[in-house]
Amino acid sequence: MRGGPVGAMVDWVADWISDFGAVLLDWTASLGSIAIFVMRTFRWLLGRLPKKETLTPNFYEIGVLSLPVVALTGTFIGMVLVVQSYVQFRNMNIEAKLGAVINMSLVRELGPVLAATMLAGRVGSAMAAELGTMRVTEQIDALITMGANPIHYLVVPRFLACLLLIPSLTIMADFMGVAGAFFYAVYLLDIDMYHYLENSRHFVGGFDLFVGLFKSLFFGAAIALIACYRGFNCEPGAEGVGKAATAAFVHSFVVILVLDLLLGIALDGIYYTIWPEAPKLL
Amino acid sequence: MVSAASNIDVSNESIIKMEGVDVVFGRNRVLRRIDLNLAQGETLAIIGESGCGKTVLLKTIIGLLHPTRGSVYFDGRDLGRMSEKELNGQRIRFGFLFQQAALFDSMTVAQNIGFSLRQHTNKRAEEIREIVSARVAEVGLPENVLGKKPAELSGGMRKRVGLARALALEPEIMLYDEPTTGLDPIMSDVINELIINTRRQHPVTSIVVTHDMRTARKVADRVIMLFPLSRLKSGEPQIIYDGPAERIDDAADSRVSQFIRGEARERLMEMRRINGR
Repeated sequence: MRGGPVGAMVDWVADWISDFGAVLLDWTASLGSIAIFVMRTFRWLLGRLPKKETLTPNFYEIGVLSLPVVALTGTFIGMVLVVQSYVQFRNMNIEAKLGAVINMSLVRELGPVLAATMLAGRVGSAMAAELGTMRVTEQIDALITMGANPIHYLVVPRFLACLLLIPSLTIMADFMGVAGAFFYAVYLLDIDMYHYLENSRHFVGGFDLFVGLFKSLFFGAAIALIACYRGFNCEPGAEGVGKAATAAFVHSFVVILVLDLLLGIALDGIYYTIWPEAPKLL
Repeated sequence: MVSAASNIDVSNESIIKMEGVDVVFGRNRVLRRIDLNLAQGETLAIIGESGCGKTVLLKTIIGLLHPTRGSVYFDGRDLGRMSEKELNGQRIRFGFLFQQAALFDSMTVAQNIGFSLRQHTNKRAEEIREIVSARVAEVGLPENVLGKKPAELSGGMRKRVGLARALALEPEIMLYDEPTTGLDPIMSDVINELIINTRRQHPVTSIVVTHDMRTARKVADRVIMLFPLSRLKSGEPQIIYDGPAERIDDAADSRVSQFIRGEARERLMEMRRINGR
């Protein structure tokens, strides 16, 4: 402790540097720990697949049980998009183009992001809580003492289920969103069906669908890895489990949005490399 | 050599050996220079007050925790030099009964007990069912528990299911972490009897971590007592008693007799002195 205002300032700066250094060290250690966790998951994934009886319950829980909630939210998102956009489009007398814009947004962006968000909320936090509870109650230690590798037994099946089933969930979100938007636009707002469908068909192509599905694979992988990592590194007690579940969702959601942006830019780049004549958005 | 606890032959061959083992978590040193030998067929009780490192020692022996310094040898092989695959291969030679049993919540009792058999053997479902039933009978549980989930069982039943699960692959070494903690005296005695019966029926070497002197006296041939490092002077050995279970009452060290008689007065005075009150 130094005397005078200069001394206090020096102390404050020294404390700030020390705190910043500690945070930086923590972040670096966490990144290293996540990297090791991901590498071990991939090593087991490439080495030996889990048994069918381990995979099936995870596929059912993660894929089948997520379908209704994804379908429901997809439908409402489609309808909400129509409600929000209709007035602006009608003012410009281009309401028949609504189908093109909404379906494009759904297939490229909202479908995959919505499916991933629902998966992170419904499945990711539950996975983190379940694995966290297993960590706290020594069930993961029990697995190890019984000669089973917890990454192989607990993480790989969840990772595979998220990775392989998120495209189906995305297709469901896309389909229900498109159907919801069509229903609202054509039957409730009286937009001409022929032009609505014709514009949708003309503007939305196979590549747009591919973009959405391709992105969803990264989202699924990120959700599973983040949730399992959080569960495996859960702090002791009920509070630790709660924190792990919350962190799993929040971190997954942030990573989904960051990945969405980066993949969106990369895939647009690929699109214009393959089809340089295509009209540019900007 | 014949075991005092169960009149069973104990070989002079060492199956587990620890040499100068230190375990440190961050800035917290839990074990210091632990040297330990366990003969084949022997039952060792590790006693000591809460927080002295008993469970850490047990988890280090099976490779759940890695020593910061020193080595753990199993059957003459250094666990620290084994690959993950080799270590897993060695672990199935152990059975581990956890303090809270650590049964898998998502599985039934039958699935819990049959887990190792499904993972490590090519036995048919029918054979596994038979072994599971035999193990359940061995620990004195009725057949109707097999379809139940762990949450539906009492503490004593969970411990017995945990024991049946640990015995499923007929391990060579059994590790018990506080097997009687949280149980009433009768159920504690049931568990003690099961530990002794297990030793009679299977040729196992056992380590029992406990702070229940009744358990230590009843099941063990040999007892070691660990002392918390925070209360030791620098350079003092952490194992303050290592000898036959039946002679622990004659231990020269007053800290041992204080512990086994459950005398709290001196400990309270020491705590007050440390806290400055």
